[in-house]
Amino acid sequence: MSVSYKVEICIIFIITLLVFVLGVAILGYGRQTGYVLHGYMIALTAGWGLVHLINRANEPEPKLPLEYNDAACKWGVLACFGWGLIGFTLGDILAWQLAIPSLNGDMFWSNFGRIRPIHTTAVIFGFAGNALIATSFYVVQRTSRTRLASEVLPWFVLVGYNLFVFLAVTGYPMGITQSKEYAEAEWYADLILVFAWVGYLMLYMRTLARRAEPHIYVANWYYMGFIVVIAMLHVVNNLSMPIDISYAKSYSLFAGVQDAMTQWWYGHNAVGFLLTAGFLGMMYYFLPKAVNRPIFSYRLSIIGFWGITFLYLWVGSHHLHYTALPDWVQYLGMSMSIILLVPSWGTVFNGILTINGAWDKVRTDPAVRFMMVAMLFYGLTTFEGSFLAIRPVNTLSHYTDWTVGHVHAGALGWVAFMTFGAMYKMVPWIWRREGTYSLRLEAWHFWLALSGTLIYVGAMWNSGITQALMWQTYDANGNFVYAFIDTVEAMRPYYFARAIGGLLYLIGACLGAYNIYMTVRGPGMAPAPAAQRPVLQPAE
Amino acid sequence: MSTRHQKLERSGIGFAVSILFVASLGGLFEIAPLFTIENTIEKVEGIRPYTPLELAGRDIYVREGCYACHSQMIRTLRSDVERYGHFSLAAESMYDHPHQWGSKRTGPDLARVGTKYSDAWHVAHLANPRDFVKGSVMPGYAFLLDQRLDTNHLKGALTAMRRVGVPYTDAQIANAETDANRQADIMADHKQDLTESYGDSVQVRDFDGQPTQLTEMDALVAYLQMLGTLVDFDAFDVEENDR
Repeated sequence: MSVSYKVEICIIFIITLLVFVLGVAILGYGRQTGYVLHGYMIALTAGWGLVHLINRANEPEPKLPLEYNDAACKWGVLACFGWGLIGFTLGDILAWQLAIPSLNGDMFWSNFGRIRPIHTTAVIFGFAGNALIATSFYVVQRTSRTRLASEVLPWFVLVGYNLFVFLAVTGYPMGITQSKEYAEAEWYADLILVFAWVGYLMLYMRTLARRAEPHIYVANWYYMGFIVVIAMLHVVNNLSMPIDISYAKSYSLFAGVQDAMTQWWYGHNAVGFLLTAGFLGMMYYFLPKAVNRPIFSYRLSIIGFWGITFLYLWVGSHHLHYTALPDWVQYLGMSMSIILLVPSWGTVFNGILTINGAWDKVRTDPAVRFMMVAMLFYGLTTFEGSFLAIRPVNTLSHYTDWTVGHVHAGALGWVAFMTFGAMYKMVPWIWRREGTYSLRLEAWHFWLALSGTLIYVGAMWNSGITQALMWQTYDANGNFVYAFIDTVEAMRPYYFARAIGGLLYLIGACLGAYNIYMTVRGPGMAPAPAAQRPVLQPAE
Repeated sequence: MSTRHQKLERSGIGFAVSILFVASLGGLFEIAPLFTIENTIEKVEGIRPYTPLELAGRDIYVREGCYACHSQMIRTLRSDVERYGHFSLAAESMYDHPHQWGSKRTGPDLARVGTKYSDAWHVAHLANPRDFVKGSVMPGYAFLLDQRLDTNHLKGALTAMRRVGVPYTDAQIANAETDANRQADIMADHKQDLTESYGDSVQVRDFDGQPTQLTEMDALVAYLQMLGTLVDFDAFDVEENDR
């Protein structure tokens, strides 16, 4: 057994042991049911990992085949679709709760306030996060022409990450939350994510270091940006002081205005680096592959990448226009938001023009259609984002459904469309299938998803602008025309429309999941030809 | 540009470090100064740490995810100020760990909801919103009336809050549990102890209409009733605090 292999297992063992001790401490000292259950969950998962590591250490070092390692990647695909279906379903339930409020049930666990973060976490971290982890494992190997640098780390990353998502979403209905938007998970779940994430960074950098290609391909820049920046955001925004080990509850380190600014620096860049940079990495690999054309412009890739990496971190304050945040930060955030349109649209053009010469594929291949429309939605959403960051415009969108519509144009139209497009390509490749189970189902999925998104976003545009204008309507004497509740009642038709749009999207996603399932179950192909294998490494 | 960038593309570590450097600038220039520029938080009279009962109520507000539909941030817009009251100051949330400014108003802003309605209205409305506001889409929170407030953790909670910078005294921490019970005492026997400890703005009474027990409803209503009531705006000079 080589030394480095032993050292690696040893380090991972120690970290897993730390997590195990954390779990045991929580289940031993914890005083709330949900918190104790989480202790058991952590201890069981870490304990299972420890047993696995001990077994591995006792076995001789496995002879690695000259093949890419897609085992963890496959489970990532499964987790992506699993969390996706949970997240979409809960999202639509929430939409119906707003249309028909009695659906809240008025029980402690079933109310809107506790379900809503399950929806956002399951979709952002469960669905999108697992899609990124799975595709990044795939992409970094192919673009570096090397096998993943570790046999154990991919599992550590995937299991640790999904344990975090599980703890987060099961905590909210039991009242375990920080109520920091998109960072609701409490301190112990955050801690587990830190471990998993450091493992992810190590794995990624080590795999890149083994690459047989001299240059790091642009998709990897974005995946690296995603991993590095999310680490920074997650750690800073979740700094908090737990009451003690007996309680899940903690108080954030920052307060008031500083906490608000840190929160939106985090919140907007969870969008910028998880939902944008990561998925641009996906786009830069799967779109050129699917249309079999090179990237349109190398220069645009560079400008787009560094523009996004620099500018995004400045724009969070546009979530706090006209608030108690000092004006200079608001104006700075607004200006940077407008400039951000340049690298964003540069990237849109780079993606769209890559399809040049293969536009027939948009017609014949639903996966390409998914990706092409994803780029259009990316363009639409980034334009809308810069527009909404302008202070006067923001008075119409802030606190209203326009923001919700904007987020969903991005999440449904860009993030999920890109994911579906990439998955329809990657799943047959990693499971060695001729193609997906059914192109017809793919097409159905596409049209259901597109009509669902358009209905959803259209409804939210209308409701958001309507409500904001009603809030600002005065009569001739300078009195408000509408009471607040009038503006709530005016939302009802839009809430129904949104719920129906969401339902269409959910049905489409179910068809997609079924299609993927049948593809995996279907007949396989012969082993990969030499061109699709890693390059033999010279002996060290 | 391209040739120099090609060099960078050959180094994984170099690339990752460059990303970290470029990406950290925004936070360094926008967030760090908020801790050092003195007038970021206005100097106003009246701001005080939450009493243990109010803090417990705030924890319930946080636990239920109220921020998903209610903001606590009145903007400087005319339509905000005329509907909800004086625009919010940074000082008013200086002890809010975490802040609950919110991002969505499915329901109205709550930054100054304190003393606008009676306790009885809050209790009945929280239990069954549509009995009072026809067309409301708010869920009901009747279960708070049956849930005894857990006061065991309050000492620890105040200690944790002190560790992140809220100036609770040793006496306030030691009396956390008793203070919580005393604030919801219908006889208000110990009102003076509370006002001496936390200031005159503390409201002492039974909040949930069930004088014999201390429920989560007591805590939540105590919190709602103090929201936005601490600062005396007659003494506030807007010009002096322009940022």
